[in-house]
Amino acid sequence: MLYALERIGMEATVTDDHEKIMSSDKVIFPGVGEASSAMKYLKEFGLDSVIKNLQQPVLGICLGMQLMCKYSEENDTDCLGIFDADVKKFDLASRQLKVPQIGWNQLSGFSKPLFAGINEKPYCYFVHSYYAELCKETAAVTEYGIEFSSALQKNNFYGVQFHPEKSATVGEQILKNFISL
Amino acid sequence: MLTKRIIPCLDIKDGRTVKGTNFVNLRDAGDPVDLGALYAAQGADELVFLDITATNEKRKTLSELVNRISHHINIPFTVGGGISSIEDVSVLLQNGADKISVNTAAFKRPELINELAREFGSQCVVLAIDTRKEEDGEWYVYLNGGRVKTETKCFDWAKRGVELGAGEILLTSMNHDGTKQGFALDITSKLATALSVPVIASGGGGTMQHFVDVFEKGKADAALAASIFHFKEISIPELKGYLQERKINVRL
Repeated sequence: MLYALERIGMEATVTDDHEKIMSSDKVIFPGVGEASSAMKYLKEFGLDSVIKNLQQPVLGICLGMQLMCKYSEENDTDCLGIFDADVKKFDLASRQLKVPQIGWNQLSGFSKPLFAGINEKPYCYFVHSYYAELCKETAAVTEYGIEFSSALQKNNFYGVQFHPEKSATVGEQILKNFISL
Repeated sequence: MLTKRIIPCLDIKDGRTVKGTNFVNLRDAGDPVDLGALYAAQGADELVFLDITATNEKRKTLSELVNRISHHINIPFTVGGGISSIEDVSVLLQNGADKISVNTAAFKRPELINELAREFGSQCVVLAIDTRKEEDGEWYVYLNGGRVKTETKCFDWAKRGVELGAGEILLTSMNHDGTKQGFALDITSKLATALSVPVIASGGGGTMQHFVDVFEKGKADAALAASIFHFKEISIPELKGYLQERKINVRL
C-alpha cells in the first residue's frame, strides 16, 4: 500500500496514534486478515470510535471496507456500522465458483468522484471470501455468482472491496482520485 | 465476470533475470524489475518471480529485489524458490510480495502450509507442485526442482495442500515443461474441477491455441509461461486479443 502511494507521489505514515490519524488529510484503512480479531484490535486501542468520527476522507480497502459495514458473518462480528450493509460469505459451491474470488473482475454502475476518469467497466484485482451486500450506499457493483458492492460511499467514507494498490493503472487512478478529494 | 489470468514467470539468479531451459544454458536477461514492469504495462495479470539462486546470501539479495519490485510494479506478484519458514515468508511479505509459493519444504513438512495460512492468510500461500506422469498413467509429485521423485500422487498432495490452507495451486507438468507442445490438460482439469481453490497451469504453453485449450479443456483459472514471453514468441496483448476472440474472458 505504502509503495503504491509512493508510486503516485504521495507520502503516507502507518500509525495507530489517535492524534496523528485525526489530524491527517486523508486516512486509508487497509486490511488483510480476519474480521473478529481485527475488530477486537480496533476496540482494544480505541480506534473504532476514532475511525467512526473522522471528518476527512477515509478509504477502507478490502477487510477495511468490510469492517466499515454493520455486521460480518466472518466469525459473527459486529463491525463499525458506517455503511448500512451486512458482509456475507460467498456461498457458491453450487455454481462451481471458487472461494475466495481471486483475480480481476469488472466494476459497473459506479459513480464519481472516486471513479472520475475511469473508463466504462474497468477491471480491478480482488481477493476475498466475504462480500458486502448491495445497499443504498453501493458505489460500484461487481458480479461473482451474485452481485455485490465492490465500492461503498457515505459522506466522507469510501470503501472498496478490490485492491487499488494492485489494480494497475485503474487502481492508481482511483487512489489519485481519493487523494484529490 | 472473473477473468482468466495470464502470468509471466521470471527466473531469478543473483538478483538478475535468467533465461534458459531446464536450468542449463542460463543467460542473463536483464533486470527483473524492468522486465516485470514491461509485462505489467502490457497487461500481464500477475507475475511470478522464482529465485533459483543457491547461495547463502540469496535471502538478502532476494528481499532487496522484492522491495524494488514493489516500488515499481502495480499488479500482484508471487515470490518462490527455497522458502521453508515463517521467517522467510515474513521478510518477503514485509518487502511487498503479495503471495509466496512453497514447494519441496512444504512437502517435507506439510504443517508449514498450515502455519503460513494461519499467520498470513491462505490468500498469500501458493502451493507449487512439480509433477510427472509415469508409465503407470499416474501423476507423481517431484521435489527439488524435479530431481527427486516421490511415491505421492499429485492429486492427493494437492488436495491435502488445500485442506492445510493453500490458497492456490501452481501446477507444473514436467512432461510438458519446455516442450511447447501444450499444457497438461488432463491433470490440470482434474485438479481445477475437484479443488475449491484456483489452479494455475504451467508447462508446455507454446502457441496461443494452447492457452485456449488450457482454459477451455483444462479448466485452469490462470496460465503461467516464461520463455515464450521472454523470447517474444508471443506477446501478452496479442495473446489476450486471441483469447477474447475465442470468447475467453480476459482483462484487456
